[in-house]
Amino acid sequence: MKKVYANATDALDGVLSDGMLIAAGGFGLCGIPELLLEAIKESGAKDLTFASNNAGVDDFGIGILLQTKQVKKMISSYVGENAEFMRQYLAGELELEFNPQGTLAERMRAGGAGIPGFYTKTGVGTVIAEGKEHKDFNGETYIMEEGIFADLAIVKAWKADDTGNLIFRKTARNFNVPAATCGKVCVAEVEEIVPRGSLDPDAIHLPGIYVHRIIQGSHEKRIEQRTTRKKEDA
Amino acid sequence: MPWDRNQMAARAAQELEDGMYVNLGIGIPTLVANYVGDKDITLQSENGMLGMGPFPFEGEEDPDLINAGKQTITELSRTSYFDSATSFGMIRGGKIAAAVLGAMEVDEEGDLANWMIPGVLVKGMGGAMDLVAGVGRVIVVMDHTNKHGKSKLLKKCTLPLTGKKVVNRIITNLGVLDVADGGLKIVETAEGVTEDEIRSATEATIVN
Repeated sequence: MKKVYANATDALDGVLSDGMLIAAGGFGLCGIPELLLEAIKESGAKDLTFASNNAGVDDFGIGILLQTKQVKKMISSYVGENAEFMRQYLAGELELEFNPQGTLAERMRAGGAGIPGFYTKTGVGTVIAEGKEHKDFNGETYIMEEGIFADLAIVKAWKADDTGNLIFRKTARNFNVPAATCGKVCVAEVEEIVPRGSLDPDAIHLPGIYVHRIIQGSHEKRIEQRTTRKKEDA
Repeated sequence: MPWDRNQMAARAAQELEDGMYVNLGIGIPTLVANYVGDKDITLQSENGMLGMGPFPFEGEEDPDLINAGKQTITELSRTSYFDSATSFGMIRGGKIAAAVLGAMEVDEEGDLANWMIPGVLVKGMGGAMDLVAGVGRVIVVMDHTNKHGKSKLLKKCTLPLTGKKVVNRIITNLGVLDVADGGLKIVETAEGVTEDEIRSATEATIVN
């Protein structure tokens, strides 16, 4: 089966629909599927729910879909860098479900692993626990969280082969792995598609079984907080 | 003289022991890395890295290499990378020995509030709830009082909680306190600060 597509628009053809749940990889602006997000914007798909750790900034990442009001709901752990997000949220135009970061990652991992629910200590005794099943194990209280089963996963990797085996680079791996696994369909954008056999099988971060469509493209890879030190300080 | 930010960070660094894997929060906790000296400490960044190095030199920033505060950083010879589910697996699984975090309020039961002020823009809890629920030891670094002089060490937190009964030790500008049976116990005072001064700046019950 051919997995490689010419561009983001082609790769999303037939998999987008209004009201769908999309799991997106990335942390902040690091390792986000920027080309696929741009193509979703162009598609006009609306009433989307995104499970994504963050919501981008106003003009990059998921932020561009907030500008066009294509997002109905966000499932995120931190949305602090986005003024338009706050405006829509406070105006009641956007739903927001806060998940602790580790709970969000595990919900995706669980969904991808066929686990509909799991118990965690995270959030016990906080607003996060309200309305959730509580259960004691060995004298400690846990709450039940549900796996995320997304209609579509969009992720960004460094390299892929044409069978969809993926390798990520440094901290750009982040949510891309759990997000990819929890989608019914996973579309990956990469910096380079390399010939089959040129990736070390022992070094694959995400096996191609999870990846259905791949595109190669050039990425802006914007830096959110550029912090440096002076040579003389070293 | 109460401690300044750097002195608080230096005092927090004394809590860390050779061989520990540690997660440092944003703000004063980040400064703790400057004071670990010769101790063999591995810093975790919850976005998927163990062995976090210092900021890069100008021109050497890598957009694929950031910390949990989204700042550009560098790797070390010991560094490993992993995905977010694995990262919080090691946090929730108790593999991280300690977390040093900031706080808006702490109370005498060890409850911590550091993510949300109702009525003010809500940004989210990020990984804070997972960290306090999972790591071996939670060390909070914070000012003892707010800008109006009111204690931030309370009998009961008023803000939405990050975690319940999770704090072990509190390092403030006035000294060091432990969460103990029945209240907070003064462990140490900043140089020139008396126990009475700490008592009068603390709403929480102080136990001996």
